[in-house]
Amino acid sequence: MTTKIEINRVSAWFGKHRAIKNISLNVPEKTVTAIIGPSGCGKSTLIRCINRMHETIPGTRTEGEILVDGTNVLKQDPVGLRRRVGMIFQKPNAFPTMSIYENVVAGLRLNGVRDRAKLEEVAVQSLRKAALWEEVKDQLHKSGTGLSGGQQQRLCIARALAVNPEVLLMDEPCSALDPISTARIEDLIHELRSTYTVVVVTHNMQQAARVSDQTAFMYLGELIECGETKRIFTNPQEKRTEDYITGRFG
Amino acid sequence: MKLDRVFEHVTRGFAASLVVVVVLIGFMLFKESLPAMRTFGWQFPATQVWDPVADLFGGLPFIYGTLVSSCLALIIAVPLSLGIAIFLSELAPPLLKNIVSFLTEILAAIPSVIYGLWGIFYLAPWLRTTVEPLLAKSFGFLPFFQGPPYGIGMLAAGMVLAIMIIPIIASISRDVLQAVPEPQREAALALGATRWETTRVAVLSYGRHGIVGAIFLGLGRALGETMAVTMVIGNRPAISASLFAPAHTMASVIANEFSEATGELYTSALFGIGLVLFSLTLFLNAGARWLVRSTMRGAGGGRE
Repeated sequence: MTTKIEINRVSAWFGKHRAIKNISLNVPEKTVTAIIGPSGCGKSTLIRCINRMHETIPGTRTEGEILVDGTNVLKQDPVGLRRRVGMIFQKPNAFPTMSIYENVVAGLRLNGVRDRAKLEEVAVQSLRKAALWEEVKDQLHKSGTGLSGGQQQRLCIARALAVNPEVLLMDEPCSALDPISTARIEDLIHELRSTYTVVVVTHNMQQAARVSDQTAFMYLGELIECGETKRIFTNPQEKRTEDYITGRFG
Repeated sequence: MKLDRVFEHVTRGFAASLVVVVVLIGFMLFKESLPAMRTFGWQFPATQVWDPVADLFGGLPFIYGTLVSSCLALIIAVPLSLGIAIFLSELAPPLLKNIVSFLTEILAAIPSVIYGLWGIFYLAPWLRTTVEPLLAKSFGFLPFFQGPPYGIGMLAAGMVLAIMIIPIIASISRDVLQAVPEPQREAALALGATRWETTRVAVLSYGRHGIVGAIFLGLGRALGETMAVTMVIGNRPAISASLFAPAHTMASVIANEFSEATGELYTSALFGIGLVLFSLTLFLNAGARWLVRSTMRGAGGGRE
């Protein structure tokens, strides 16, 4: 399997605090990688380094190299990078002043696409891929804020997919959702795997076990262990991984 | 329990006194302007003649002056204020942000008579010798920039007003923009938006109702501003398309002429103008609030 993302000795700081320490990790193409670990272990910071959202916070710094398709993203133009590496956040953050349709095509419009037929086509496709089309097809021109939390999160996924990224980073995408909405998003992550490389941060170990091919366990800013999901959950090599997945801490 | 009752009634009384004051002021203006209204009727706010010697009074030049000077002030102040607000909320490093925010608030604390003084002795001569001839040369084909450059006049008033309302519009807009939740910015950034695109797509559109509110508050200040305008507008009750020409506003005519208004009709005419100004600001504020509320519904409610 080809490696899509290669993280080499990456460290990241908030001011003087070193949130992640010397992390190396490979993400194979068209797979789902789950990053698990207790709160504050740096798992969100790690994926925010991949699309360089980390550095949008004042006083932060990143070291090391992150290769996406062989090019170091830390030396690339972040704006162009983020069009290839999409991100879903913890809380649904659809634009409240835009309609559902406008939300989905927002990224395309930023890219300068003006052709209406093209925009509409992509909107329908993206909503279908995000498993939201059937629920919203009659209200495309209404505001997205009227949707439920789970629907809004799928709207955000559709918005991220519309710019046709290669990588999708998901930062605890279900932590603000109810169990039924969570199940729908998990199914969706499963389907997305055929087209996209997905990295999902979660504090929910069952979720990691359900959706991912590869799991990485982080603790106090360090990568403790990374491997095939089944193996991590049945036969962890590290004592700390075992303690965490069996619920002895965290 | 009994004390609570008393407390409730006392505070309610205080709250009610606000309403009473507004109603009384409105009633007083209405009552005092009755002689002028009886004499001139609906023609009062629609006629141009203002001749105290002949006891002929029409309010139109003042209404025109107030509206035009305020609009001019908005045209100048809104882009500047929004620029300041965006810089402060989105771009400025913390230290610079504190300094500029502080300066903006200092600007709001300067007494208006100081602005007037500066307007007469610095702004107006500069307009007369430099700006107005230049405007006449470049845009003289437009009626706004024709006629002799007086310096003192509508343009000076508009500019002084603009400087006076910039702090209000800028600081309220800055607060509005800062209140935009961070995830909104992140959403745009993560889609590959540049800093400006993030500001436009996520920040400005989220805060648009608040910005409208800020602009209207600035307009409210401009309409009622008296001292500085009186000092620089030239105080001539005439309607001229040219921004160079002297003009008069409702506030400035009242401030200028109340001490000379000897006749009953003269005083009453000034009260009549006061009534128009009072209703205009009241109406404008109500309109602004309605607008703010309806845009807020559009932004937050979702269901149409």
